[in-house]
Amino acid sequence: MDIIKTKDLNLFYGENHALKNINLDIKKNSVTALIGPSGCGKSTFLRTINRMNDLIDNVKITGNIFCEGKDVYTEYDVIDLRKKIGMVFQKPNPFPMSIYDNIAYGPRIHGIKDKRTLDEIVEKSLKGAVLWEEVKDRLKKSAMGLSGGQQQRLCIARTLAVEPEVILMDEPTSALDPISTLKIEELMDVLKKKYTVIIVTHNMQQAGRIADETAFFLVGEIVESGKTEDLFYKPRDKRTEDYITGRFG
Amino acid sequence: MTAKQKDKIWTAVLYAVSVFVVILLVVLIGLIFYKGRNALSLSFLFGNPKVGAAGGGIAPMLFNSFYMLIVSLLITVPLGVGAGIFLAEYAKEGRMVSIIRLCIETLASLPSIVVGLFGLLVFVKMTGWGFSVLSGALAVAVINFPSLTRVSEDAIRAASASVKEASLGLGATTWQTIAKLILPTALPQILTGIILASGRIFGESAALLFTAGMSAPPLNFNSISLVNASSPFSLLRPAETLSVYIWKLNSEGMVPDAADIANKTSAVLVMMVLIFNVSSRILGRKIHEKYSGKN
Repeated sequence: MDIIKTKDLNLFYGENHALKNINLDIKKNSVTALIGPSGCGKSTFLRTINRMNDLIDNVKITGNIFCEGKDVYTEYDVIDLRKKIGMVFQKPNPFPMSIYDNIAYGPRIHGIKDKRTLDEIVEKSLKGAVLWEEVKDRLKKSAMGLSGGQQQRLCIARTLAVEPEVILMDEPTSALDPISTLKIEELMDVLKKKYTVIIVTHNMQQAGRIADETAFFLVGEIVESGKTEDLFYKPRDKRTEDYITGRFG
Repeated sequence: MTAKQKDKIWTAVLYAVSVFVVILLVVLIGLIFYKGRNALSLSFLFGNPKVGAAGGGIAPMLFNSFYMLIVSLLITVPLGVGAGIFLAEYAKEGRMVSIIRLCIETLASLPSIVVGLFGLLVFVKMTGWGFSVLSGALAVAVINFPSLTRVSEDAIRAASASVKEASLGLGATTWQTIAKLILPTALPQILTGIILASGRIFGESAALLFTAGMSAPPLNFNSISLVNASSPFSLLRPAETLSVYIWKLNSEGMVPDAADIANKTSAVLVMMVLIFNVSSRILGRKIHEKYSGKN
């Protein structure tokens, strides 16, 4: 089943035509990787899904993105949409507060006040992001004291705390060391049982390791998309083959 | 000369400059405290000034300084922080914002005597409030508004840089993000701005001469009212502050010990600023620690 459908999506930054006729469907409970060279539009596309591009002036969008059959730009309230479609950013960006408050931030924003409920959400979310064992004795300490990899898992836990359906990840491991990267990759395998993950990555090996589906972007277009192993081993397009064999990019 | 030698020389020069500045400061503060060393007496701090006789105190001015501080901050902080939030988070760069910025920068460069005369015309005469706490507080607010706006804007920009998107991404509104995340993070820096503003309120004389006036009615705490001129908390009574009093003593002091009182008042003023700075910093750190979690 496709949880997200994109129909003839075009995006302009002023005069710059950044996304051209994107048609991409995302399967529920899978990991979809968006790959491509810098500036190809993969992050822009990701940020279009939960309307983060609303924050930028001069952006014009045509076409549609549907989440569970409803158009995200016309049939969703942006707050509800972002609750449903969470986001993890390139650089770990914990809030400058305690670990507990970081996780509880989202639920509190959405009106949960009961201490017991919050405690449960915090524990569940941290367990969901495989961070609980490492931080359970220091929940009241500042999140800024965690290592980069722990911070990024904290950010994932923070996203899980508002119980999204889809998690967008924008190069979540590009600022991390190999061991932390490995932990996040393992985590994605766990996450896809409950959530749908869309990840932008520079790293093709990473896409190969974790993604069920992969879409290859080039100068604002999707050149090819499909099952990851097909795209890597039986690319239909010459440009895909050139990119994954490292002839450019 | 090699790059290394140059580096050593410049290091030495910069050290010398900072040592010089520190010495200057220590000497200055030392001198003020030495000359005003007898200030810490109850009869001086809590006594009323005398006319034509030695041994007067500064109680009304001391109270006025604090009251002026509070009233002026109540005006400046919401305006300055509010404008800072607007410029950092809401305003879209464009013609309008350029004009606003130009106005704020012009306001920042106004000499305080000009603000005083402006206050005399507008807050004292036009409104009919006369020389009053309110007129003075508004005049000082005019002086403090630009810098506090600037500090708040910078602090809010810095605090929101990486975390704003994360908060919005969790489904928070812009206002929730500002109120629950950005403002608490920016608080220490904004507090520094407020402390600087307070220093200026304590120290301002030129702008207050023409707005809050040069008389300090004796304090009568039996009457508590914001408008009744006989109440110490009245916004509509003249209120000479410590620094205005210092200026008056030195220019037209009628008491035989004017110079001595001026010296002691200066010491009290410096002391007050110090106490205020330190305590508000401690308070700010406590609040911030509570919010940000201990390391």
